[in-house]
Amino acid sequence: MTALTDATAPVAGLPATGAARQVWRRLRTRPAALVSAAVLLLLVLLALAAPLLAALAGQDPHAYHDDLVDSARGGVPYGSFGGASADHWLGVEPGTGRDLFVRLLYGARISLLVALGATVVQVLVGLLVGLAAGLGNRWVDATLGRITDVFLALPFLVLAIALTAVVPRDFPRPLLLILVIGLLGWAGTSRIVRAQTLTLKSLDFVAASRLAGSGRWRTARRELLPSLAAPVITYAAILVPTNIVVEASLSFLGVGVTPPTPSWGQMLSTAQTWFRADPAYVLLPAGLLFTTVLAFTVLGDAVRTALDPREAGRLGVGTRKETSR
Amino acid sequence: MTRYVLKRLAGAALVLLALSVLVYALFYVMPGDPARLACGERCNPQQIAQVRERLGLDQSVFAQYLHFLQGVFAGRDYSGGTGVLHCDAPCLGLSYQNDQQVTELILERLPATASLALGAMVIWLVIGIGTGLLSALRRGGLTERTLTVLTLAGTGTPVFILGLLLLMAVCAYLQWLPFPTYVPLGEDPEQWAWNMLLPWLALGFFESAKYARLTRSSTLETLAEDHIRTFRAYGAGERSVVTRHALRGAVPPVIALSAIDLGTMFGGAVLTESLFGIPGLGKTLIDGVRHVDLPVVVGIVLLTGVAVVLANVVADLLYALADRRVALT
Repeated sequence: MTALTDATAPVAGLPATGAARQVWRRLRTRPAALVSAAVLLLLVLLALAAPLLAALAGQDPHAYHDDLVDSARGGVPYGSFGGASADHWLGVEPGTGRDLFVRLLYGARISLLVALGATVVQVLVGLLVGLAAGLGNRWVDATLGRITDVFLALPFLVLAIALTAVVPRDFPRPLLLILVIGLLGWAGTSRIVRAQTLTLKSLDFVAASRLAGSGRWRTARRELLPSLAAPVITYAAILVPTNIVVEASLSFLGVGVTPPTPSWGQMLSTAQTWFRADPAYVLLPAGLLFTTVLAFTVLGDAVRTALDPREAGRLGVGTRKETSR
Repeated sequence: MTRYVLKRLAGAALVLLALSVLVYALFYVMPGDPARLACGERCNPQQIAQVRERLGLDQSVFAQYLHFLQGVFAGRDYSGGTGVLHCDAPCLGLSYQNDQQVTELILERLPATASLALGAMVIWLVIGIGTGLLSALRRGGLTERTLTVLTLAGTGTPVFILGLLLLMAVCAYLQWLPFPTYVPLGEDPEQWAWNMLLPWLALGFFESAKYARLTRSSTLETLAEDHIRTFRAYGAGERSVVTRHALRGAVPPVIALSAIDLGTMFGGAVLTESLFGIPGLGKTLIDGVRHVDLPVVVGIVLLTGVAVVLANVVADLLYALADRRVALT
């Protein structure tokens, strides 16, 4: 397990090195990346402060307000723009009258928690498998290689849907989603780590460490992991927005987080029946989801360009999967 | 060539066997009693025992799996109260909901999924290759920047957001089209096309962003190659360089990716199908999950696996045919 915990160390320690300063200098010149970073920072802060903001707004995400929706028209909120008012800043949910602002904030918590958690699982499993394949003997490499192939070829969304149906309903859903998305989606990371490990293995400083008497895992930890940080961070930056979309998709299909826990995907699923009567209820979660995914994508692209300008613009087909359709 | 194909197919068979074991094991550990689910709400213990015996659920997992394999390759019989039900060779079991053969159900739902996938492919190829080429050829200009932003936004937009916005704009706001309902092609081709238009657009736009990026990068890569420089040096016009040479380099990866995407879609474009209410495999899968209808879920997951694995083989072959420099080993 030490290898696992240490895996994040070089990532956290990155800002101290000259490379990080260089990356920062490149990122600084790209306004789109800066705007994205600011948007994401704001979103994370809002998500973290959700209970606080809910108290400030005086609203509970689960409280029904029957008096705010027009039961004669099937439950459409009274007033314009989804019933926005001084009490309910972004209006209320049609049908139930629950406060939309607070529910969107709590939805952001789920979205970010699941996406980031799943990314961590993907990176850890990918690192472990990739390193083992790159450092192990021929048979280990071949076996792990085939397993990776199987996971790359799996119908991701279809299996994720099936898996969420298998697990009992009382298992904590966010954790389940993290595990399902994480354990199905590590193959790309492992491929990159393996390829990188094979290249690094032949370099002098790694050979020197081995000659100096370090064991295989010690070498992996002290010599390989720091050099693996850049490609892994780059790839993880692509994984986050993909994971956000997968979570939203599963919730949209009704196999993600269970109600009454709010999630953006679930709201959009409900919105299918309301888009004529209450457009605000579609536009708010859709806009938020779109902005979040776009910001992560732009930032990820910028980080990739900054870390490795040569690779910029090249699309890693075969290692990257778009799965949510 | 033949040897390569055989080798790949053998590998594919192994992957599929592994997938079937995995899926079977997964669903066996599933809590709940399949016999009770298959029998329905108002079943007494006796009836449940009967169903259990009929579906072979009283045997060990291993025996059940072997029976499942036997069903796939040779067919199997289900004996029940009303006589023997024979299930033909690629037998994937019986649906718990209505005793329908899963193979039959899949064949019934396949046309809807195929209509969606093929129509969307036309759109993503046209838009994807078009914008990709344009942004590669107008490199550095405002056009390229705009297209880059658009494709970046496109790759990130979940298909159901795109679909919902299309529905809102076209059906609710502009009222150009009624809300789509699926009409089979055989019944009324014109109505089929009109009703599929929005799903095609949603899925096609969604996918085209990826293709635009791919086309752009492979075109730029091809244009940077030595033989293009040589053609230019010989005085070939820009137009002929692009249409006769750059395109030839740009197209193979697009074909390969299309084959893979099409393969994946045969497991159903779950999100698009459930948003637009298209009775394809994806919607069947989700319904199967809701009703814990294991044979249906397992059948569709396996079918998707087959499609994806075969699509990968086909993609590699197409790639090699389109680009002679690729060696098949």
